[in-house]
Amino acid sequence: MTQTQAQSPPPSSSGPSPLLQVRDLHVEFHTRDGVADAVNGVSFGVEAGETLAVLGESGSGKSVTAQAVMGILDIPPGRITGGEILFEGRDLLKTPAEERRRIRGARMAMIFQDALSSLNPVLSVGYQLGEMFRVHRGTSRKESRIKAVELMERVRIPAARARANDYPHQFSGGMRQRIMIAMALALEPQLIIADEPTTALDVTVQAQVMGLLADLQREYRMGLILITHDLGVVADVADRIAVMYAGRIVETAPVGELYRAPAHPYTKGLLDSIPRLDQKGQQLNAIKGLPPSLLRIPSGCSFHPRCPVARAVCRADEPPLYEVGTGRASACHFWKELLDGQ
Amino acid sequence: MVERAPESPSAPEDPPAVTGEAGGAAADLASFEGELLETPLAPQEPAPGKARSLWSDAWHDLRRNPVFIVSGLLILFLVVVSVWPSLIATRNPLSCQLNKSLDPASPGHWFGYDTQGCDVYTRVVYGARTSVTVGICSTLGVALAGSALGGLAGFFGGWWDSLLSRLTDIFFGIPIMLGGLVFLSMTGSRSVWTVVAFIVLLGWPQIARIARGSVISAKQNDYVQAARALGAGNARMLVRHIMPNAVAPVIVTATIALGTYIALEATLSYLGVGLQPPTVSWGADISDASQGMQFRNAPHILLYPAAALSLTVLAFIMLGDAVRDALDPKLR
Amino acid sequence: MDSDGAGAQTWQQGGPEGGGPAVAESASPAGVPYAPREAILEVRDLVKHYPLTQGVVIRRQVGAVKAVDGISFELGRGETLGIVGESGCGKSTVAKLVTNLEAPTAGSILYKGEDVTRLSGRALKAVRRNIQMVFQDPYTSLNPRMTVGDIVGEPFDIHPEVAPKGERRRKVQELLDVVGLNPEYVNRYPHQFSGGQRQRIGIARGLALRPEVIVADEPVSALDVSVQAQVVNLMERLQDEFDLSYVFIAHDLSVVRHISDRVGVMYLGKLVEIGTESEIYEHPTHPYTQALLSAVPVPDPDAEAERTRIVLEGEVPSPANPPSGCHFRTRCWKAQEKCAREEPPLTVPERFAHAEGSAHHPSACHYAEERDPIGPE
Repeated sequence: MTQTQAQSPPPSSSGPSPLLQVRDLHVEFHTRDGVADAVNGVSFGVEAGETLAVLGESGSGKSVTAQAVMGILDIPPGRITGGEILFEGRDLLKTPAEERRRIRGARMAMIFQDALSSLNPVLSVGYQLGEMFRVHRGTSRKESRIKAVELMERVRIPAARARANDYPHQFSGGMRQRIMIAMALALEPQLIIADEPTTALDVTVQAQVMGLLADLQREYRMGLILITHDLGVVADVADRIAVMYAGRIVETAPVGELYRAPAHPYTKGLLDSIPRLDQKGQQLNAIKGLPPSLLRIPSGCSFHPRCPVARAVCRADEPPLYEVGTGRASACHFWKELLDGQ
Repeated sequence: MVERAPESPSAPEDPPAVTGEAGGAAADLASFEGELLETPLAPQEPAPGKARSLWSDAWHDLRRNPVFIVSGLLILFLVVVSVWPSLIATRNPLSCQLNKSLDPASPGHWFGYDTQGCDVYTRVVYGARTSVTVGICSTLGVALAGSALGGLAGFFGGWWDSLLSRLTDIFFGIPIMLGGLVFLSMTGSRSVWTVVAFIVLLGWPQIARIARGSVISAKQNDYVQAARALGAGNARMLVRHIMPNAVAPVIVTATIALGTYIALEATLSYLGVGLQPPTVSWGADISDASQGMQFRNAPHILLYPAAALSLTVLAFIMLGDAVRDALDPKLR
Repeated sequence: MDSDGAGAQTWQQGGPEGGGPAVAESASPAGVPYAPREAILEVRDLVKHYPLTQGVVIRRQVGAVKAVDGISFELGRGETLGIVGESGCGKSTVAKLVTNLEAPTAGSILYKGEDVTRLSGRALKAVRRNIQMVFQDPYTSLNPRMTVGDIVGEPFDIHPEVAPKGERRRKVQELLDVVGLNPEYVNRYPHQFSGGQRQRIGIARGLALRPEVIVADEPVSALDVSVQAQVVNLMERLQDEFDLSYVFIAHDLSVVRHISDRVGVMYLGKLVEIGTESEIYEHPTHPYTQALLSAVPVPDPDAEAERTRIVLEGEVPSPANPPSGCHFRTRCWKAQEKCAREEPPLTVPERFAHAEGSAHHPSACHYAEERDPIGPE
């Protein structure tokens, strides 16, 4: 496949071997209506201390990619049909399950959107945080409790010592998400994957949690993969953005350049279609049509039925991920015209 | 209507002419992709395909479910036999010859004879009618009474709901077996209808609870609010919006309960408070068979009615399971 | 007007005047300016308390969730009033009260001068024709057992006087056409559509009776980003076409700014600030509005870098037990002793009473001052 050739090594991994390197990942789902191609040849890398935002709508494959990396994909119905996930140089897909389990939590951790359902309702928050140390490190009960309180302080939960005895439902949404962050941080992992961490939160709380996550990431020099559908949220936290559409990365770029001059019509369409708080009387140029069903991804460029600049070639040939600048790539046949036009 | 030529590549300076979806949307997909029209004056080609209601989806699932096929065929056979038992049994179940008491199987009498010298095969065939009648009638009665009472309680709430909930609790407190022993032993002669009435009397709270719960959850859906905002009355909201969406759990529970009601009738008859001769009942036959341990010498008199009973109960419970799987909204 | 946006762009190439759908016939002539807007809806001191009860057999009231605690606003004909606030501020309850789905504890809602909260029976049904609602969740707002044709046609079943029986099918198809759906889809069921398409079906149902007011409660927040703009554009187009007045309730401040003429900001059951779109977004004087606006991320790293963010401490208190005085004081960096004692009224603050310009709008703060939280300081 031309796509993979163009991608390895991805433009971003110019430095030493990155913390996480995903190569040509393919994931499919078996549903009652047929096989859904959720991830179709995704490649990306994340370095230590770097924040990569994976941006996409529902069905773009962003969460499935994250689950595949974490090793928490539901198999079946899901199935990884190809690719490599290199974490610190070793292929996780070839790692035995028992060892992957040890890596999970200790060396890579995940933060979910819905903190309430991710926490056990019948155990106190302090106990659940302490469990991380007891299970992975064999720390004593007493000591793991002290560490749990420390963690809660680190994620700025007021009156942490007293609140460690509280149960998840006694915390507000923002506080619960902080606890999830604390849990992810517990064993100081090298990589954190956050799947829509602030989507369920109110704007003012969202700002608090996002700020906290960014601070902690800097402090621990972790790699952070931020999965989101919100172009606004990632603008000031991400270093790099990968835009996903129908199971593929269609554009990847350093954050500033992506917003200034998108090199893929889908990215451009997204930017033109969201209203901006700081602009008045703006026109919303909606992207036409709907994201495709993963059961029937359009031929050629999967975006062509919705694309304002699509031509015959887009229907026939799937565009590879062209390198369009330093650390930038776009899967559009006409990226040059797109960039020149801006 | 503007024809969208799917093959013509659209030029970049002509943004509205997006290339259409090749081949139209395949309608049998879970979420079909009928393309949105930004220009109302240019509707795209109608996507081929049929409308699929949730019921037809459920039927589609059921037809492919082997559990449903097996149990469905078995039940169909049972129903046919209970309506026309003479199709497969030519003898009279009540004409017995005492001199043949406990005789083993012989040609023409494959199941042998029971204590009274009656043909076990004929009695097993005729017993199906009793079981199927009790099962279906009790279930209908329970489902109607339960969903009417429970549904109204769930819809109107308030004191009516409180009253009904307490009443349900009281009925739930009565152990059905004990209730059967007490209630049915007081009645002199017991027909199929006495047993049905008893089962309905003690069975409705189970359905009422489920109906109440599912009406309450259906009531909270926005489409009920939307109907109210349009000015719809209570009757329309109940009939059009709530009932169709609340009925699935009732159907599932009732189908599974049907099997247990058949077993219940057999148990009551076994205990001697159910059906009485001349009504032919598997439970009564099992009871007779176990009198004085006669089945030790002639196991066939217990085996065949018991097997028929088990198979029937199993068939209805399997049907209920299959129906539940097909109607479960979580799988949609 | 900014609502002549992209929606109109695509709309116009077909020529809306010439071939416009027949549903548009009776809409008042487009393009007529409605500058001094006549109020079509007036909400006065609206209160909704949900009682908190205890006890199983004998219930007694132990308190109340003050979901809406005395709010007033006006909606002009053809105008869009945006209402923003965080979850639990009572904005969805406002939607239910205005559409008469819930009865208010106190206060009045005047539709063309008539108090609709006191209506029942036929009179209520008649008013309902004119105030319709678009719901947030396109998955629960359509009855899964009904076809699209039945859903969009149901308003005609309820109000048979609107459309004679023979015409209904045609009307339904017209409505589908108006909202950009293929009229051939009348026999399909909602689960065969995507979220954005379902929301269009919901809008078509809301339009069927040709209401004058549409209350939209988070109409785009459940939709995919690329589909949101389609629905926003559609709503703007329909507003022009049918001369609709919108109450647009959302937590997304960017969308609200885009679609609204005036905006009200709610916090814990009260309106804390209300004004025109530019008054609220460019010259907010209430600290909560300022904090809210500064928290919204802007999809532009350069603009982001220049902004200063007000990060509020803590979270929204429970509406069952709101703070005394100003509800916002527990999270406010400007709070003084007076704020706990005295509830600030929603009026033009004294210091701006004689000011010309955009700071001159109602703001419920004792220490209101201007600050532009979006642009650079």
